[in-house]
Amino acid sequence: MDNQKKAITLSMEGANTPVLTADGTPYIKAENLNIGYSGEVIVAGINFESGPGEALALIGTNGSGKSTLLKTIVGLLPPMGGQLSVFGIPPGNNHARIAYLGQFHHSGFVLPLRAIDVVRMGRFPQHGLWKRMSQQDDEIVLSAMRTMGIEKLADVPLRSLSGGQQQRTYLAQVLAHQADLLALDEPTAGLDAGSRELYLHAINDELCRGASIIIATHDIHEEAALCRQVMLLAHRVVAFGPPQQVITPEALLETFGIVINGEKRLHVLECQLMDDETQRLGLNLPRR
Amino acid sequence: MDLLVTPFSTNSFMIQALVAGVLVSIACAVAGTFVILRGLAFIGDALAHGVLPGIAVAILVGFPGILGAAIGAAFMIGGITLITQRSRLSSDTAIGLLFIGMLSLGVAIVSRSSSFSGDLTRILFGEILGISIQSIIIQLVATVVILAIAVICARPFLLLSFDSEQAEVAGFSARLYHNAMLFMIALTVIVSFQTVGTLLVFGLLIAPAGAGALLARRIEVMMAWAVLFGVLSMYSGLLISYHFDLAAGAAIILVAIVIFFIVFILQNLRNRRMALRQEVRHG
Repeated sequence: MDNQKKAITLSMEGANTPVLTADGTPYIKAENLNIGYSGEVIVAGINFESGPGEALALIGTNGSGKSTLLKTIVGLLPPMGGQLSVFGIPPGNNHARIAYLGQFHHSGFVLPLRAIDVVRMGRFPQHGLWKRMSQQDDEIVLSAMRTMGIEKLADVPLRSLSGGQQQRTYLAQVLAHQADLLALDEPTAGLDAGSRELYLHAINDELCRGASIIIATHDIHEEAALCRQVMLLAHRVVAFGPPQQVITPEALLETFGIVINGEKRLHVLECQLMDDETQRLGLNLPRR
Repeated sequence: MDLLVTPFSTNSFMIQALVAGVLVSIACAVAGTFVILRGLAFIGDALAHGVLPGIAVAILVGFPGILGAAIGAAFMIGGITLITQRSRLSSDTAIGLLFIGMLSLGVAIVSRSSSFSGDLTRILFGEILGISIQSIIIQLVATVVILAIAVICARPFLLLSFDSEQAEVAGFSARLYHNAMLFMIALTVIVSFQTVGTLLVFGLLIAPAGAGALLARRIEVMMAWAVLFGVLSMYSGLLISYHFDLAAGAAIILVAIVIFFIVFILQNLRNRRMALRQEVRHG
């Protein structure tokens, strides 16, 4: 039990120095964090930081704790120990800055909703109960739908869309948030190759905008390999660090119980801005 | 024309019934829309029947029935919440348990009193033809409150129907707005029992909104259809009851159910025709 509570944090060098916001606090900071639900700890001793323009992939089998970690970060589950701050304060207090894509959309087939209505919901956190949607909101909604290639489906009822089209609609909703932190649970589920390409470009744009992104995924070869940091989870943190260091046959064996071989693609998914643009945005983005 | 208008223009009880009925239809259409979207049909049904002991006790001790209904509904919702939170049982089980328990209690109370049989029919089937001005005013206030809740909570209710986690992450407490929704449904049931009765209010809650769900692509449109179908059921039900001397509450609900099935059949025929046409086009 003892070694389960011990976190393994690989040393982070070079490109992986933590990125800070203007006031010096990272977007997410977890110290010795325990996560779980119904009184049961699933993963103990998680340590990491994530800042603007950074993408972090969580990898593990079903039940390994990656969805639980996402839910804890967005405030759906309380932390079960240790420290977790999101935008410098406890989680669950920054609704307008966080977009979350869950795995489960149960009522999609009953609801009389059009695709555009679903995407428009992405603007609700900015407006609360009362504030009216402006023309600018409509433009953001349209642009999000265009990014995910569903602008022609705007008036189609959600229940008439295919699984992949629905997933693109939910992703457009996330984009419409224009959030500072995106927490995505299996975002590529049901997406075909073309849609995945759209999705990866969209994520890249979000990073360029200065958002921090945390993704729970099975896709170790494409999506995860493109993130700056990867965390392997199997009821504990198996490994944490840049993908080329972390995604090794040994670590994968520990994470999945099987060895997964294959060509690794080791590009890093991150925003590449020109220096002057970086300054213009007032962001302290990492430089490679 | 005489058959359609005269019953209302010559009888004050008919016009009062129509006014009360239209108010009930609007309240039921709005609350019923969310009953269907959130899959709360069973809890709606349970509330409708669970208020019975409250009303029975209230009438026994000489309080207004509406007060008893409110207490019964509060007890029902509190009990369901308690069981689902403190045990691993699903809410279906909790609802079923309390629903039957409350119904039995209601019947038991009523069976103790011999003078109750007339009251029981009135509770179960309503007395829309004998509705008082005072009841209409209460109904009006309740309908305004229900509409206000639906308008104020439009965004959280939409998010909640879509995905309760999304509501929570967006900053709308899922529990708070779920309870607001339950309150709205309970209020509808409580104030509607005098017009259509506890046994039949459930029909008005789900039949018009259900037919609307078959037709609409948007929630606002679904609600508008539900109001239209509800008012239509109310008007034709009252007319049928007047001309054929049938129980008014039952006639109204029957019309609502018949409308639902007509919409359902037309919708299916249309879908089949469209599928056939597509088959022809694609060879």
